Amino acid sequence: MADTAQATPGTGNGEAPRLAMQLGRMGPAIGIHLALLALWYAVTAWGGIPRFILPSPVDTVATLLQPHYNWGMHIYITTIEVFGGFILASVFGVALAVVFSWWPVTGRTAMPLLVTLNMIPKVAMAPLLIVWLSYGIVPNIVIAFTICFFPIVITTARGLREVESDLVDLVRALRGSRKQIFTKIQLPSALPYIFSGMRVAAVLAVAGAVVGEFIGSERGLGYLMLQVQSSLDTPAMFMCLALISAIGIVLYGLVVFGERLFVVADARLD
Amino acid sequence: MLTTLNTGSPIASGQPVTDAPPPFIHLKGVRKVYRQRGQEFLAVSDATFDVAEGELITLVGPSGCGKSTLLKILAGLHGHDGGIVRIGNDRQPFDAGRDIGMVFQQALLLKWRRILDNVMLPAEILGLPVKESRERARHLLALVGLAGFEDKFPYELSGGMQQRVSIARALVHDPKLVLMDEPFGALDALTRERMNIELRRIWQDSGKTILFVTHGIAEAVFLGTQVVVLTARPARMAARITIDLPEPRTLDIKTHDAFGAYTREIYGLLGMH
Ligand SMILES: Nc1ncnc2c1ncn2[C@@H]1O[C@H](COP(=O)(O)OP(=O)(O)O)[C@@H](O)[C@H]1O
Ligand SMILES: [Mg+2]
Repeated sequence: MADTAQATPGTGNGEAPRLAMQLGRMGPAIGIHLALLALWYAVTAWGGIPRFILPSPVDTVATLLQPHYNWGMHIYITTIEVFGGFILASVFGVALAVVFSWWPVTGRTAMPLLVTLNMIPKVAMAPLLIVWLSYGIVPNIVIAFTICFFPIVITTARGLREVESDLVDLVRALRGSRKQIFTKIQLPSALPYIFSGMRVAAVLAVAGAVVGEFIGSERGLGYLMLQVQSSLDTPAMFMCLALISAIGIVLYGLVVFGERLFVVADARLD
Repeated sequence: MLTTLNTGSPIASGQPVTDAPPPFIHLKGVRKVYRQRGQEFLAVSDATFDVAEGELITLVGPSGCGKSTLLKILAGLHGHDGGIVRIGNDRQPFDAGRDIGMVFQQALLLKWRRILDNVMLPAEILGLPVKESRERARHLLALVGLAGFEDKFPYELSGGMQQRVSIARALVHDPKLVLMDEPFGALDALTRERMNIELRRIWQDSGKTILFVTHGIAEAVFLGTQVVVLTARPARMAARITIDLPEPRTLDIKTHDAFGAYTREIYGLLGMH
């Protein structure tokens, strides 16, 4: 049996070399980020650009030290909106896709409607949502939710559909129940799809929440951004942008982390 | 029209009393018509053959001749439109809901499960005792030459090794009938020959009745105790040939005159001279 000789059981790479290797692979990525920062600094230090057009990274970070911006509260509000909308969309999106897969007639009926509704630019719906739900974090959560919901439903439904029919036959030949097919085969094989939908949604969630804050809000980084804009406080605007992005990066990172935890390397979709 | 798929009670089976033991599988004039958008398409007709318990019978024919359809009928996944399908006899009753193991062209392992847990799938579906089944799964992995790979993931195995796992999976619940649909069709030629020899050994060690579908004529002759030849357009069973070759079958029987005669005969039946 020569083909068993290609791999021998029980070998594994040591943890330390693996970490070093990973850092090595991330080296260029970290490098280019630092290079951009350095370029930014150089342009502001020697480029002769007015501070209100392009503040230096130092000025930008310095805004964090000024308590009157109340950063903590604004970060907290935006984070709640982003994560709230995202989590709700993940839970309901996956649940709806499961319903569609379990009762295909519901999918055939409701999916075209979802596609139509998805054509409405969610951002353009924001003023209406604020009328319905009044000011505050609730309409912003809902905007983030509506923007995240569709990609999660679509990818999950697709994952649940793309199950190997021969594998289902194998289970059916043993009189396996639909629930067994679902829990043992369909759902786990849809997981990579679910995570890929969640990765898309993580990016959208931030945009949804911040747009909501632009339109009607008294708190949150989007609101603060407009406030400081009116006094041409560009360093604070840059800081708002940086923090909004950071919230997105953390959410995205958590999704990727969950994917690494629950999806075997070979099955991940990129 | 008599269509039964029973567990083999002698009364229901209506076997004529003869000295020969009743066959484990009895097919007579089996027909299958697919209907699609008002069109009828004859996928299987006239399939008539018996399989004794413990035989390794091969089904050979061009693609589209209804091989997979016939396997699905035997697995109870499709109904048929005519003829008799009977599996099991009173000595060897057949439980249609548990006595089937299946192997396909793709190994179809669950990527997220370790090898041992992949083999366990049928046992879980049937709710068999976990401890005994795991023991059995280990034993079967050893039988297919994969001892020591229990905790690997499928992607760590080559195509041939994955297919061995799927064979172990088909045996874990100790089914009486194993259906194999072109299981080595996706493997390279050398691995395929090696798997043929392995399968003969696994079959002899396990004593299972195996129905093996292939479109490889040499493979069908090499493996089978009998070869059933199917033709397409119209889908029909052309012949049933008993293969009498020296045992144990090693690769050099392929150079035997008898081997050549069998393959020539099948080429002829399929209209290729
Ligand atoms: N579910 C189905 N509905 C309609 N036609 C089918 C279906 N399954 C198979 N067929 C047709 O029946 C014929 C036999 O198919 P199959 O049994 O898969 O052949 P084989 O396995 O020998 O290649 C083919 O022409 C195929 O197109
Ligand atoms: Mg086929």
